[in-house]
Order: sequence, then structure tokens, then C-alpha cells
Amino acid sequence: MYHVLFLLFRRLRRPITVIIIVYGISILGLTLIPGQDNFGNPWQMDFFHAFYFVSFMGSTIGFGEIPYPFTPEQRLWVIFTIYATVISWLYSIGTIFKLFQDANFNRLVKRTRFNYRVGRLHQSFYIVCGFGATGSRIVRQLNSHGIKTVVLDASRQLIDQLESEELSLSVPYLCDDASHPDVLELAGINSNLCIGVLALTANDHTNLTIAIASKLANPNRVVISRTQCQETTDNLASFGTDYIIDPFKIFASNLLLTIQEPYKQILHNMIINPRHNVWMSPHQNMKGLWVICGYGRLGKALHKLFQEHEIEMTFIEIDPVGTEAPGGTIVGTGTQAKTLLKAGLKNAVGIIAGTPDDADNLSIIITARQIKPDLITVARQNDTFNKPVFRAAELNVLVESGRIISNEIYILLRTPLLNEFFKLLAQESEDWTRALIVSINKKIEYSEVDAWTLTISKYESLAVYDAIDEGISIKIGHLISDPRNRKTPLPAVPLLLKRDNNFQLLPNDDTKLRHNDQILFCGEESAQTYMRWASNNHNVMRFIRNGRGEPDGWLWRWLTEKKRARQNKLIE
Amino acid sequence: MNAEKVVFAFFIVLALTLNFGFYIGDIDNPDHHNVYELFFAIIISMIATIMKFGDRTHIGAVLLATSLVADLQLIIAAFIWGAATHVLDSGMTPAIMASIVSLTGGALLANFTSVVLLIVETALMRH
Repeated sequence: MYHVLFLLFRRLRRPITVIIIVYGISILGLTLIPGQDNFGNPWQMDFFHAFYFVSFMGSTIGFGEIPYPFTPEQRLWVIFTIYATVISWLYSIGTIFKLFQDANFNRLVKRTRFNYRVGRLHQSFYIVCGFGATGSRIVRQLNSHGIKTVVLDASRQLIDQLESEELSLSVPYLCDDASHPDVLELAGINSNLCIGVLALTANDHTNLTIAIASKLANPNRVVISRTQCQETTDNLASFGTDYIIDPFKIFASNLLLTIQEPYKQILHNMIINPRHNVWMSPHQNMKGLWVICGYGRLGKALHKLFQEHEIEMTFIEIDPVGTEAPGGTIVGTGTQAKTLLKAGLKNAVGIIAGTPDDADNLSIIITARQIKPDLITVARQNDTFNKPVFRAAELNVLVESGRIISNEIYILLRTPLLNEFFKLLAQESEDWTRALIVSINKKIEYSEVDAWTLTISKYESLAVYDAIDEGISIKIGHLISDPRNRKTPLPAVPLLLKRDNNFQLLPNDDTKLRHNDQILFCGEESAQTYMRWASNNHNVMRFIRNGRGEPDGWLWRWLTEKKRARQNKLIE
Repeated sequence: MNAEKVVFAFFIVLALTLNFGFYIGDIDNPDHHNVYELFFAIIISMIATIMKFGDRTHIGAVLLATSLVADLQLIIAAFIWGAATHVLDSGMTPAIMASIVSLTGGALLANFTSVVLLIVETALMRH
């Protein structure tokens, strides 16, 4: 704040000095030069009137010659002073304008204002570096749940986009390079309230720098970074980046899951990605030849994974030598029918358009459909603004790397237990998964399912914690009871129980709870609200347990104790 | 031989000397205190203040503060003079003159502190 003022005053030194000198000389001259009063008597102007006159002369107001009309000598002097004072004012004002247009000054002002806004966030916040497709999505998601974020992006265009949204009212933002340590400092990386740093820029090197800076400032703070190649992934892992997200690897494994174990993918989408654009029935045949267009990052990830699982594939790539495509790759873009036919599309079960060009991808899909209408179509969308066109194409699966990363990040930040759940799920069978989906659907009406974790602790579930302290047994079933009507359960299903680093899938309703247990639930959003209310309110918890809405409060309890003692005496 | 340092020191010392010149003499005798000297003292003091802007060191901040104090007292003295001669019915009295001179005495101490700090700063930088 003060830096801005200092810079301002420093630049204004010369103009103000000029004004002072010019004013001084003008005033002095007016006091020295003899004047005349109305009767012709000599009259010397004093400093008071001289200052007054020069003031309104210099500001070009010009009331008139006070208090008596000037003599010719005085007028001669005033001619010089008029030009001198007015020019010196113009010079000063010009300097001020130039200063406000100065790029360095503006940058300083913006940084100061940004730092001030960050300082005024008196709750935990995340620093998001990179406001592209991924960054903007995750910021909106977090913001809609009341979580504060701070945004950095070096691109003027993207920051302008943020500025024009109403998001800019609650999110401090700065257009500057996030890999500079002083920029990160302004963003609050050294603050205790910063609980996580997301490195989501388009440049791997920048992401690395951000991750390192965060880990150095606070090794225990969560750092999530996007990565574009294996080298960066290894580098990030070496200094302990908590989560490294490679969108194409994630997509490749999701697609593999969809092909081999569709029910697991359905469960995955239900919880994480309800609006995932997948129109596929699990009964559809997905085993067979896959034609993949483009051997870029997506192609490479698919190649590696499909090879491991022995899935047949043929690649079409326009530059097989440069991208080191495998043998048997057909040269071409895939937009022409003959290239697709050469790749064996007639016998294929699906086509994946994974080139970095959106128009090419759409063209490939349309051409492929003309050859074989019942093909499973998968396409990669690179630019967010092409969304309507891709939607109109009615693909089976749409790959939007921005959405993939942001969804992953969102669950990592909000419910890290979900990650564990899916890891354990991978070891179960398809039939098991199918049964789980059916049981979830029985309890929960809507297909959009929320996930949350309830920790048995003083902060999250005080009533349960206290009850366990007093020796009362609280079971998971109690948590699921609807506090308004304890016989009916809430629309929620317990998925995972974490106790002392041990995990238990689908815990029983009769499981007794202990301190520091963490239970992962999935269900409707309203269920979460009721559950949290019940676990924090002693009266509600007691009602759920034994159906008695007992009075609370010290006086009432004392009275009821007395009453009960009297009743017991009577019985005796 | 740094021109900027010469100018800087010149104005600070000049402000002190003009201030002292005005101050010296019988405290309530208008003949001993020339209005032109007060005028120049004010102008030079203001220029000296402007020159102290933009210094981010601690000693620079204190220097600026003393200059502002001196400016304040001198300007108030000038206002009282103007008010006495034009606004009040009594005109210039020895009492009012004494007030004016005592205010400039205060400004003198501030300017003196300014010069002392200047000497300290110069002594600290021995090159």
C-alpha cells in the first residue's frame, strides 16, 4: 500500500517543486512591486493578498485585480506569472496522468490491491494457478460450495474472462506469472490459511516450480499438479507432490474400465461424474478391434494401457515417425474414408478420435459413422468453446481433459476417502459392483449422488463423540436414521469405514462407532445435511437412539432426576 | 561530488538558516522579524520537504517527518500573521507577534533535528 504512495510522491517531486518555486516568485514580485489605491496613493500589496491573487490566477479562475486595479508595472509582472503558473500546473497534472498510465505503476497498484484482498480472506483458501479449462472449472465448483480460492494466471485474456464474471467479486485474482516466488507470496503461499495449492497451468515447468515452492513453504500442505509427460510426473513425485494428475492416463484407464468392467465405471460416474457424457449400456459389446486416430498424449496413454490388457488396436497418425508410433500404424489423419477402411474399421468395435484438432476429430467421427453406423464413438474435445458442436455429434464418450482433471481434483479435495474406495472397488468383481448399484438405486431416487465423509470427532460430530465418551453405543444405523422419523432411514449408503488406517467396504449398520472413525457415505445432498445436524445435536441423537425427546438444560435435568428418584422410591 | 546530494543538503541547511534568521530578535517586536524572511523560510522549507519524499529508509522517514512538522508550524505562523493584519480588529499586537515568533521557534527546532539527522546519515555513509 505504502509502496504505491511512495512511488507516486517520488515521481511528483519535480512538478511540485516547480509549482512552489513559481508561486514563490510570483507572490514575492507582487509584494515588491508598488501598487496604487483608488485615490492614487501608493499601496504595497501584502503577502496575504498576494497569495490570494496568485492562487486564483494559477488555477485559472481569475476573479479580478484585487483590492484595487493594478498599475502597469504590476500588470507587466502578472503577465509573466500567468504563463509561468499555468504551465507549471499543466506540467504537474501531465506528470500525474503519465504516472497512471505507467505500466510499472499499474502493476504495482494491482499487486498491492491483490495482496490486500488475499489478506482479508479470514478463512482457509486454495491457491489455483492457471485459469484455463481446468482451473476455471475447479474454481467455480469450489466457489459454489463456499470454499475460497485465489487465482493466478499469466494470460491477460483468461484473467479478463474471470474479471467479467461475478466470480471476480469473491475470488482475488492477479495476472502474473505464478512461477515467480514473489507472486506466490502475494497470493498467500506463506499464510497459515492456505490449505492447498493447485498447479494447473499449461506449462509443466511452471507447475513444477509452483509445486516446489509450496512444498518448501509448508511441506504438509496439499499440492495437486497437472502433468503432461512422464518426466514431469516423476519429478513431481520425487519431492512429495500429493496428487499428480495426468488427464490422458486417467481417461485411458476410465475407457479401459468401461470396456472391461462397465459396472464399475457406472458406479464411478454415478458418484463423481453424474453428467459424464457416456451413453452406453453395459450390455453392449465392447470387446474387439479399436481404431485410434492420433498418436499424441491420449494415443500414447491408450496404447500403453490397452497393450497391457491385450486389447486389439490400430493407430492412424499423420506423422508416425515424429510421434514414434508403433508398427502397423496407418499414415493419415483419419478424416478420409479410405484411411479408416485401411485400418480395418469395418471389423472394429469402436473408434477413438484423439487428435489435437477438434474439427479433425468431428470429421473422423462422422466419416466413421457413415462406414459403420453402430460403431462406438469416442472423441477428444480440446477447446471448451466447441462444446455445442460436440454435443450435437451425440458421441458415446466425450473426453474433455479440463473436466476430467477438475472432477478428480474436486473429489481429492473434498472427500479423499473416495480415492480409497475406488482402489478397493477395483479388487471386487463386476457382480458385486452390480449388486451395489442396485442397492444404491433402491434407496436413492435420483441418479445424481453426492459423496461425503463423516469423521467421529469433536468438530464434526460432537453429539456422537460425547455419547461414545459416556459409554453409549452409537451404530452406523443411528447415523443413517432420519432425525425427523427415526424408523425410516435417510437416502444414504455407507460405502467405506476407515478405522486406524484399516479400511472396511460397505460396513454393516450394526457396526459400533469409535472415536476418530471416518465413514464415507454416498447419497442425496439433503441426507448429508440431516446427518450432520443429527450428529452434532445431543437431543436429536438421544431421540434417534431411544425415541425419547428428553428435556435438557441443567434445571430441568435436576428436576427430572428428583422425579425419577421419587418414583424409584415408590417402587421400592 | 554528487550534485543531488549537494542540492539536498543545501536546501535543508538553507531552511534551517532562514528559519533561525527570522526567529532571532525580541520575541514581541515586529521590527525584529522581517516578513520576507518568513516568506522565504516557508518556501525553502516546503522545497526541502518535497526533496525528502520517496525515501524508503527509516532515517528518510524521520527526516520527512521533521520537515513536515517545520512546514506545519511555519504555515500556521503565516496564517496568524495574515489574520492579525487583515481579519482581526486589533491588528498586529506584541502578543500576536510573540505567538508568531514562538511558532517559528518550534519550526526551528524541527529544522535543527532535520540537520542533525542529515549529519548522522552522512557520517554513517563514510564514502
